[in-house]
Amino acid sequence: MIVEAGAFALILALALSIAQVVLSAAGRIRRSAPLAGAGEGAALAAFAAVAMAFAALMHAFVVSDFSVANVAANSHTAKPLLYRVAGTWGSHEGSMLLWCLALTGFGAAAVGLGGSLPRGLRALTVATQGVLGTVFLAYTVLASNPLVRVLTPPVEGRSLNPLLQDPALAIHPPFLYAGYVGMSVVFSLAVAALIEGRIDAAWSRWVRPWALAAWSLLTVGITLGAFWAYYELGWGGWWFWDPVENASFMPWLVATALLHSAVVTEKRGALAGWTVFLALSAFTFSMLGAFLVRSGVLTSVHAFAVDPKRGVLLLIILGVTSGLAFTLFAWRAPSLGQGGLFAPISRESALVLNNILLAAATATVLLGTLYPLIREAMSGESISVGPPYFNLTFTPLMAALAVLLPAGPLLAWKRGDARGVAQRLWAAVLVAVALALLVVAITSPHKAFAAAGVGLGGWLVVGALVELLERTRAFRAPAAETWHRLTGLPRGAWGMTFAHLGLGVFIMGAVFETSWKVEAAETLPRGGGLDIGAYHVTLDDVRPVAGPNYDADRGTISVTRAGKPVCQVAPERRLYTVGGETTSEVGLCYRGASHIYIVLGERRDSGAQPAWLVRAYWNPWASLIFLGPVIMALGGLISLSDRRLRLGVGRRREPAA
Amino acid sequence: MRRARLLIAALAGVLSLAAASDPAERLKDPAQEAQARQIFRDVRCLVCQNESIDDSEAELAHDLRQIVREQIRAGKSSAQIKAFLTERYGEFVLLTPSFSAGNLALWAGPFLVVILGGALLFARLRNRTPDPDLTPLEAQRLRTLSEDETR
Repeated sequence: MIVEAGAFALILALALSIAQVVLSAAGRIRRSAPLAGAGEGAALAAFAAVAMAFAALMHAFVVSDFSVANVAANSHTAKPLLYRVAGTWGSHEGSMLLWCLALTGFGAAAVGLGGSLPRGLRALTVATQGVLGTVFLAYTVLASNPLVRVLTPPVEGRSLNPLLQDPALAIHPPFLYAGYVGMSVVFSLAVAALIEGRIDAAWSRWVRPWALAAWSLLTVGITLGAFWAYYELGWGGWWFWDPVENASFMPWLVATALLHSAVVTEKRGALAGWTVFLALSAFTFSMLGAFLVRSGVLTSVHAFAVDPKRGVLLLIILGVTSGLAFTLFAWRAPSLGQGGLFAPISRESALVLNNILLAAATATVLLGTLYPLIREAMSGESISVGPPYFNLTFTPLMAALAVLLPAGPLLAWKRGDARGVAQRLWAAVLVAVALALLVVAITSPHKAFAAAGVGLGGWLVVGALVELLERTRAFRAPAAETWHRLTGLPRGAWGMTFAHLGLGVFIMGAVFETSWKVEAAETLPRGGGLDIGAYHVTLDDVRPVAGPNYDADRGTISVTRAGKPVCQVAPERRLYTVGGETTSEVGLCYRGASHIYIVLGERRDSGAQPAWLVRAYWNPWASLIFLGPVIMALGGLISLSDRRLRLGVGRRREPAA
Repeated sequence: MRRARLLIAALAGVLSLAAASDPAERLKDPAQEAQARQIFRDVRCLVCQNESIDDSEAELAHDLRQIVREQIRAGKSSAQIKAFLTERYGEFVLLTPSFSAGNLALWAGPFLVVILGGALLFARLRNRTPDPDLTPLEAQRLRTLSEDETR
């Protein structure tokens, strides 16, 4: 009964989304407040309906109702509750429902928080959001309905891929989807503004909070995914330049560019066309990601919920919605003004450079992801584009961006003072160089390039702090004044400092871990050991243990340094009894920011003596890789709480109509 | 019974665990082994879902690693080994796309974006700054005049 109610609610949501489009559009055309209000009501109701359908599906998963085809295919009674709940979005159908939930949720949020928008713009935004809701709900209802029953329910379900049964991965999709779909509001605002023909500072200010929220959520989502890969896949890799990872990274890069160009549009009225272009691109890349991940056109190590036939439908949705939006852009863009003047050395120029480099980085990821397809379609030859390509193209672009970054916030708008900036940054230069030299001194083998990379990370961190000191006139004004300035800093400024600092932390961690990780593997009997860097790893014991839906061998492994105990870990090798898959739970031993990462491998008896393959990695500074993006996302959230961004601020710009 | 099942599953091993570091496969000479690992990271496991043979535990990856290690032991250079693999399996086997005409767009694309963006920025800046043909004095006068007008 609950399932039927859910299925009905889903169809109702589709009808409400259609009503949302028609009513809102009519409200704009006739300039009728009641009609537009009805459209907003439909948007809120559509969200409520999708939430009901989602709750119904989640309930079916929790109670293991195998008469629902989707539950039977993706769940199992022996699965722990958390993973039964997470199973709701663990399949193609369920994840599309989560997508629709986020889409209508952001639509409802736009209605709830968009009170300050001019009426026309608001009605058109709600209408556009309704169009997106309609196409994705139609797809879910007609081609990918998760609430379909089977005639003869199986006694037991087929369970969820055990690799996905992990706390980080259970919450990874909701963050990722909220981030992906958060860009839809930005998209709708852009379409609405293009139709209204007015793109100005006020519009940028309305776009920013949505872009910031989506960007922060996407940052968290990607980081969770990377952290999951790091400790679950068992070889300590956290980024593989895999198509599925790239699919989530492209919207992030575009959103990052958008956040920066929107500042120029807001403060100086310039780059309006480019900002709108990015606003449309961000959600386009989100939809491209949804298509790439689900269609199976690309082989990926994370192949997920692949279905080529439905992939074509997603491609059509992508082509039509984005195609229309960009056509509208091409038609309206020439009428957008150029905005304020600026000199070659200015904040504007720096932000434009930032955007050029981020656009090039996006192009790199896009080309690297799609080129094998293009090449195959054109000449029939198949090629591979792997990590070495990205190291040669993406990395130098990002390095250039990082070199320029600390100067940007110190430059004045319109006309900056290059010498003044250099004077303020010399301390940061010294610290960065000293850090690089220190890294060369303490590491072996010596790697000049990698040391420079770590120094570059330090440059960003110190650069962000220098900017903070400049703003507060620290050491130049009395302490009381500095304190006063510090507490009076707008949240947006804090957000920027955190985001830039987080990027520096990430770069230091990523470069250090990649360049100086150490690996060792041996077949060990009980009591046997191996050396990894300065540490000695001993396999004390291995015992069988039984989990809720798996059997495992659990090792007891102790780590010592110069004879002194450091830590004990218990890595497992699990066999999931339902599907017969093997997974490994790594043992992680934290030493400051560095990790000793231990994997219990297969059993390899030598003669009568039992022995196991044990792999150990020394991953120096690995925590920084995940800490950096968390700091960045935190920066986004701090900035989001800035009172200048509260949606009421734009009101005074509303024309008296 | 359970142990037997575990063992079977362990042998079936669907999960890759940086397979290349397996002590049973390693070369004795650390320098040669390092060279082998370098090559592994650039060779695709052809039957896997986008993994290098350095990471994959698949049968084919194991075979490819063996071929590479044997050739290294025979003293062949990395370039020779990659050429051999390309000959045998096509360009698909290498994770670094070649610098060939067919891949021109792939390699040049990102830098083209930088050049294009730079050109647009330059054009924008040029349009807005005083004509460089003016002498500095003229430019200065022009600026003061226009500033006076806006006041």
